[in-house]
Amino acid sequence: MRPPRIVLAKPGLDGHDRGIKVIAMALRDAGAEVVYLGLRRTAAEIVQAAVEEDADIIGVSILSGAHGPLVMQLLAERESRGISDVPLVIGGTIPDEDATRLRELGIAAVVPVGTPLDEAVGVLLDLARGRAA
Amino acid sequence: MSAGTGETDRRTDSGIPVSPVYTPADLVDGTEGLEARLGMPGEPPFTRGPYASMYRGRLWTMRQFAGFGSPEEANARFRFLLEQGQTALSVAFDLPTQLGYDSSHPIARPEVGRVGVAIDTADDMVDLFRGLELSEISVNFTINATAPIILAAYVVAAERQGAPYEDLSGTLQNDILKEFLARKTFIFPPGHSIRLAGDVIEFSSRHLPRFNPISVTGYHAREAGCDAVQELGLTMASAIAYSDALVARGLPFDGFAPRLSFHFATTLDLFEEVAKLRAARRLWYSIATERFGARDPRSGRLRFFSGNSGTTLTAQQPLNNVIRSTLQCLGAVLAGAQSIHVMGYDEPFEIPSEEAVTLSLRTQQIIALESGVTRTADPLAGSFFVEWLTDELESRARTVLATIEEEGGAIAAIERGIPQRWIAESAYRIERETASRERKKVGVNIYAEPDGTTSRPRPFELDEGVIERQIARTEDRIAARDATSHGRAMGALERVTRHGDNVMPALIEATRAGATVGEMTDVFREAFGEFREPAPW
Repeated sequence: MRPPRIVLAKPGLDGHDRGIKVIAMALRDAGAEVVYLGLRRTAAEIVQAAVEEDADIIGVSILSGAHGPLVMQLLAERESRGISDVPLVIGGTIPDEDATRLRELGIAAVVPVGTPLDEAVGVLLDLARGRAA
Repeated sequence: MSAGTGETDRRTDSGIPVSPVYTPADLVDGTEGLEARLGMPGEPPFTRGPYASMYRGRLWTMRQFAGFGSPEEANARFRFLLEQGQTALSVAFDLPTQLGYDSSHPIARPEVGRVGVAIDTADDMVDLFRGLELSEISVNFTINATAPIILAAYVVAAERQGAPYEDLSGTLQNDILKEFLARKTFIFPPGHSIRLAGDVIEFSSRHLPRFNPISVTGYHAREAGCDAVQELGLTMASAIAYSDALVARGLPFDGFAPRLSFHFATTLDLFEEVAKLRAARRLWYSIATERFGARDPRSGRLRFFSGNSGTTLTAQQPLNNVIRSTLQCLGAVLAGAQSIHVMGYDEPFEIPSEEAVTLSLRTQQIIALESGVTRTADPLAGSFFVEWLTDELESRARTVLATIEEEGGAIAAIERGIPQRWIAESAYRIERETASRERKKVGVNIYAEPDGTTSRPRPFELDEGVIERQIARTEDRIAARDATSHGRAMGALERVTRHGDNVMPALIEATRAGATVGEMTDVFREAFGEFREPAPW
């Protein structure tokens, strides 16, 4: 089995990247191949990278409260590029009620701020391995 | 699980080993040398504080960072805070304003009014301060890449109120280096960004005598994950970089240095934080006099704003954050802060509620008025431990500074992503220590709720109509402005931008003519290009 391949990015204008970088480093230490695209990435850029990298999972982090519209853009882009089977995970300041709605819309997992590191990494790796297998 | 004392409990937050007890023998030159290294409050090297009377003369400024939605909503929050006894204002801008996009820009729309107030034109700034006297109230602006544009909007709003420039007081954050380092709302490449920051400082030093045109900030690097020692070293490296740039423009150091202000985090390791802030004052005095040859004693007198740390707060058991914030505020006061922001206990979730922000302000007021800690300046001075730790922080920060100098200074190091890497690695180390419970976090990895669940309330609801109303209002204002004077002012701005002259007068003229934040930023984008940060690995 090849190592899980994970594309991480910050969509929108939010610059809080402490969490996503920590997650990236922890995933790498756990044996995953991580492609971190950095800040202010558009939905098109993120999905394009997932296609090019043959990603097993896409993870994005949003702490500005703009997760609603940004997730809609990502879901639409994922659909139009024909990779709706690649799980999309959202991290950040996501209220409970929004997390429920996002899951209904097709988000594989929501990892809100305060999630212990090992738990967050476990969620991402399980999803990625499930697809890489 | 027992609370225990592991190895990390015997080191400070930044990893400095702490002995069971301290005596005069721990001080570098015993108690005799102490007097020279401390001085008196208000006297060089200012270790004990920038003013002789400290809080007996005047309490610190209580300044809660606020702003969301439209200018009217932010104005209502400002009035609420002032009614609750806040003594100055601190404006949070939304991300489109911070990154120079009008609210109507497609990239901007999802973010309008979310993390701060939306400002498109000077009219928005007028609405933001409606009924608040800018000649009397000190205002802090957390704005960086678009700082010159926001300063222009502020002075135009003041003009419309009839407030003279010389009465305007407050602080413009205007520290673009820490945006590259940690906060990440940069737009242009570092060199051009430093030039704009310098234009602001030069203009303010000449025309706004009571205004601090920069707040050199270690806070965000700390929040992004670095430790207290790195925070101190990086802040000093940035202050040196700005000063070098201004001196290179031909400004005398004593002409701008007295208006430089600083911004540090105050986190939970109480004694280390106090030691860090005392060391910061002594270190800056030494840099100002030895490196820049300051003659005006005010040039080496470091004044700072303390922001409590949001990253120390937890989503789990959020009321615990009240206690954390209290300790952090106390630390800032014991260290002699000039102004303080206390985090809302609900900030791990969203913009603080009115209840939370009132409690933050009450925390400051209780410490100020009930605890008695304000009665004497620098109350921890002379403690063997605190003096030893102050020396330790200073000497370790000097090592960080020397490392940055070896890399060619703050700008060169940041361009190559070196301190950014330190910050990310330190953040990862802290998370690993928390995961392994080496680092205790009450309610998270010890004394946690048995089922491990935390509900995340939604204390802040953005009125979604704000976005459409803001866009419509800006459209109306664009339609109503005089196209000829707007065109002429924009042409002039383009010329001075490319020519290298100070952009402030042209920005003020364009702002008066109704130019938008997005239009003016586009002139800079066109001339300077946009920066993309180096990959972290």
